Amino acid sequence: MNRVVVGHISEFPARSGRVFRAGTLELAMFRLSDGTVKAVENRCPHKQGRLSEGIVCDHHVYCPLHDWKIDLHDGRVQAPDEGCVDAYPVEVDEAGNVILFLKDEVEAKVS
Amino acid sequence: MKRKLVMIGNGMAGVSFVEQLLKLNPGRYDVSIIGAEPHPNYNRIMLSSVLAGEAGMKDIILNDWDWYRDNGIALLAGQEAVAVDAAARTVSTNGGETLPYDELVFATGSLPFMLPLPGADKEGVIAFRDIKDCETMIETAERYRKAVVIGGGLLGLEAARGLINLGMEVGVVHNSPYLMNRQLDETASRMLQAELERQGMKFLLGKQSDFITGEERVTGLTFKDGSHEAADLIVMAVGIRPNARLAKNSGLVVNDGIVVDDYMAASLPNIHAVGECAEHRGVSYGLVAPLYEQGAVLARKLAGADGDGYQGSVVSTKLKVSGVHVFSAGRFADEPGTKALRVQDDLDGIYKKVVFENGKVVGAVLFGDTGDSSKLFSAIRGGKDYTGIEKEVLFGPSGAGGKAESATDLVAAMSGDEIVCGCNGVTKDTLVGAIAEKGCASLPELKACTKASAGCGGCKPLVEAVLSATLGADRVAAVKEGICGCTPLSRDEVVGAIRQMHLTTSKEVMHVLAWRNTEGCSKCRPALNYYLGMAFPEEHEDERESRFVNERNHANIQKDGTYSVVPRIYGGVTTPEDLMKIATVAEKYRVPLVKFTGGQRIDLLGVKKEDLPGMWKDLDMPSGYAYGKSLRTVKTCVGNTFCRFGTQDAIKMGVDLEKKFERLNTPHKVKLAVSGCPRNCAEATIKDLGVVAIDGGWELYAAGNGGTRVRAADLLTKVKTEEEVLAWTGAYLQYYRETANYMERTSEWSLRVGLETIKRALEKPEDRDALNARIDKALELTQDPWKQIIENDDLRGAFGVMTATVGAQAADGK
Repeated sequence: MNRVVVGHISEFPARSGRVFRAGTLELAMFRLSDGTVKAVENRCPHKQGRLSEGIVCDHHVYCPLHDWKIDLHDGRVQAPDEGCVDAYPVEVDEAGNVILFLKDEVEAKVS
Repeated sequence: MKRKLVMIGNGMAGVSFVEQLLKLNPGRYDVSIIGAEPHPNYNRIMLSSVLAGEAGMKDIILNDWDWYRDNGIALLAGQEAVAVDAAARTVSTNGGETLPYDELVFATGSLPFMLPLPGADKEGVIAFRDIKDCETMIETAERYRKAVVIGGGLLGLEAARGLINLGMEVGVVHNSPYLMNRQLDETASRMLQAELERQGMKFLLGKQSDFITGEERVTGLTFKDGSHEAADLIVMAVGIRPNARLAKNSGLVVNDGIVVDDYMAASLPNIHAVGECAEHRGVSYGLVAPLYEQGAVLARKLAGADGDGYQGSVVSTKLKVSGVHVFSAGRFADEPGTKALRVQDDLDGIYKKVVFENGKVVGAVLFGDTGDSSKLFSAIRGGKDYTGIEKEVLFGPSGAGGKAESATDLVAAMSGDEIVCGCNGVTKDTLVGAIAEKGCASLPELKACTKASAGCGGCKPLVEAVLSATLGADRVAAVKEGICGCTPLSRDEVVGAIRQMHLTTSKEVMHVLAWRNTEGCSKCRPALNYYLGMAFPEEHEDERESRFVNERNHANIQKDGTYSVVPRIYGGVTTPEDLMKIATVAEKYRVPLVKFTGGQRIDLLGVKKEDLPGMWKDLDMPSGYAYGKSLRTVKTCVGNTFCRFGTQDAIKMGVDLEKKFERLNTPHKVKLAVSGCPRNCAEATIKDLGVVAIDGGWELYAAGNGGTRVRAADLLTKVKTEEEVLAWTGAYLQYYRETANYMERTSEWSLRVGLETIKRALEKPEDRDALNARIDKALELTQDPWKQIIENDDLRGAFGVMTATVGAQAADGK
């Protein structure tokens, strides 16, 4: 597991997406209304829409291309559509740093 | 203990039967399938596409290896069943395995019929039946030039077409004087022949093959009349016959095919047959639909469910031969006692023939346009008496003097695999399935389950018709459809509550009106943001996070995640300076595509999100709002500035309108146009508001549309001065803003509320003044978004990408 400080919580407007890129990895990161930050692959399983541009409602994001609804907790596409994107754990520390945890195999892919 | 089901054959009919069985009763059997080909179940009908190079093997697989594994089916691929011991209830294979069974299903399909011509065993003489034949043909085409196909039926023509695509010269030999004589009448056949000849196919019709020439490899084909045709490859496609040899050897009664009863049972206990290998009431079928019907009957029986037996099928043929659509069904040949209705159009290559007997449709042939096929097929099966109204079958009640077909009739005539919702590819069968199996009893439920009508919404009447046809009109639940799934409240109720309770944020609305989802959904969030801004322009703070991506980023998102940038070009009038500026920016940011829009401006497409603020800064032009629910363009013609027909200054009128109403938030996009004379070159009568100059005044047209549903605009009023045009436009737009549903174009809005209502609301000068006062207030508060973003660090920052080097300790953000 690799810890990456992505930025400060103040750089994340509430209920909006930001794009995080490292190597070939591109994630959509969202600050939810409860203050937590979520990270998922920035690629809708349907037609590769950029999820970072979607409308965020609670812990769901709607893909901007064809309105697929994806749960930001686990990356699961909601019915009636089907599919899944990878979700990555994120923490916000006391100082407000947004920390992303990447699995080792992901690290190998990006570095 | 599960019962053992063994199936010999791994083709479309058999596997479809297994699928249906698993659906009905997944736990009853351990299923083993013996398949001679080393492939999982593929779509044999698509072989011609593989040959034509349009599809690969992967594309035509119907059930992949995972499907067998996931359903716990043991597939013995590449093995042949060689013996059945009906007494011991076992099947043995050439792989040395012996499988015990409780139920045995023959789904052995058919074999190509090889003409017993002398020389048919030479190298280069093949059939066209499976993947291997396709591969042989592809390989042959690489080394040889000339092919002869024996058989002018569907299979032969498909093989011929494929070989032409592979670059071979192809001659088609047929013993009948015309092609596809079993599916087409002579007229249609001649039309088909002409089209195929145009595509490069050669025909040798009315020829009887005699023997094949060549040493080891084929060199040609000699006919009974003594003529000869050279060939490096001969493909026999004269027909198929049931593959019933093993069944016969096993002691089953076999005529041409394995004889079965109405429940697909063969002549020995616990043995059944489905598909092309079976013979039911003297008929073996070679088309998919009857085979699937047989599979369904057998699946019900073996699942232990009740059901009617198989009654035989009326077959129809609907195909595409080399890009030409043909259809035939029933008895389409002229016989004593029949009368035919014929339509022949050589200009467009269309031919239709419907055969009647005693007023009933008994057969039909369609060539070139098969749009009527489902209707005709149901007419044949339905047996309705059309005496006196025969022509309605082809021309509809309107053509025969009645009124147009209703959605219910349209839906009734649709076949199951026909697509009802074109945006999301939902078929009639899928809808019927969702109603029957998932219990959908209302339009919103059906929409949530299948996504039908969730795209452009144009198919809503059809989806509703499927629902009432399937359930019965009285059983369709009248569900009150709220503005989205979060609330049962309608637009008017929501807007009423916002005004009455003076709600100014979405959060308040959702809380007070008890929204089901506390933060709403992608439907209601943008809608509420609009309604709040419309009702309280000064107090409501625009909620950026509730805006759709295009309005948040002030650019149009494209399918690859890039954006397009359209600067404002008032009235479509530009200057050399602006054009140079646009060109410089396009070069600097390496814009991949520069295109003129339909609205007389310039679109810069393929821009990265990060580059947007920089481009806007360099352009230094106002946003064209090409992305917004807002005023898009005011299209103009030259008017009396240059045009010899112009009666008024259309350009100035258009520029004034665009300058006055730009940046306005509206329920949906709004397009305007001004034409300088009644020739209407600016196409003003298909705009949300169109202005047409006449000598001494202007005509205003309302609620036109040139998009999803074309609609000519209605005349709203005639005025004398430019000031009046502006005042009427302002009042009209504000009335639209205040009464339309979010995402409702003026054309739909006007149909819903009625043109008379709109005219009444605008007829008194004092009402128009009040509306104008409110729209002026809203306009006063707008500012150019591009400029706003360039000047605000936080807004601009959100366009950037965050990066980090992974691996370094606590890499720095941004």
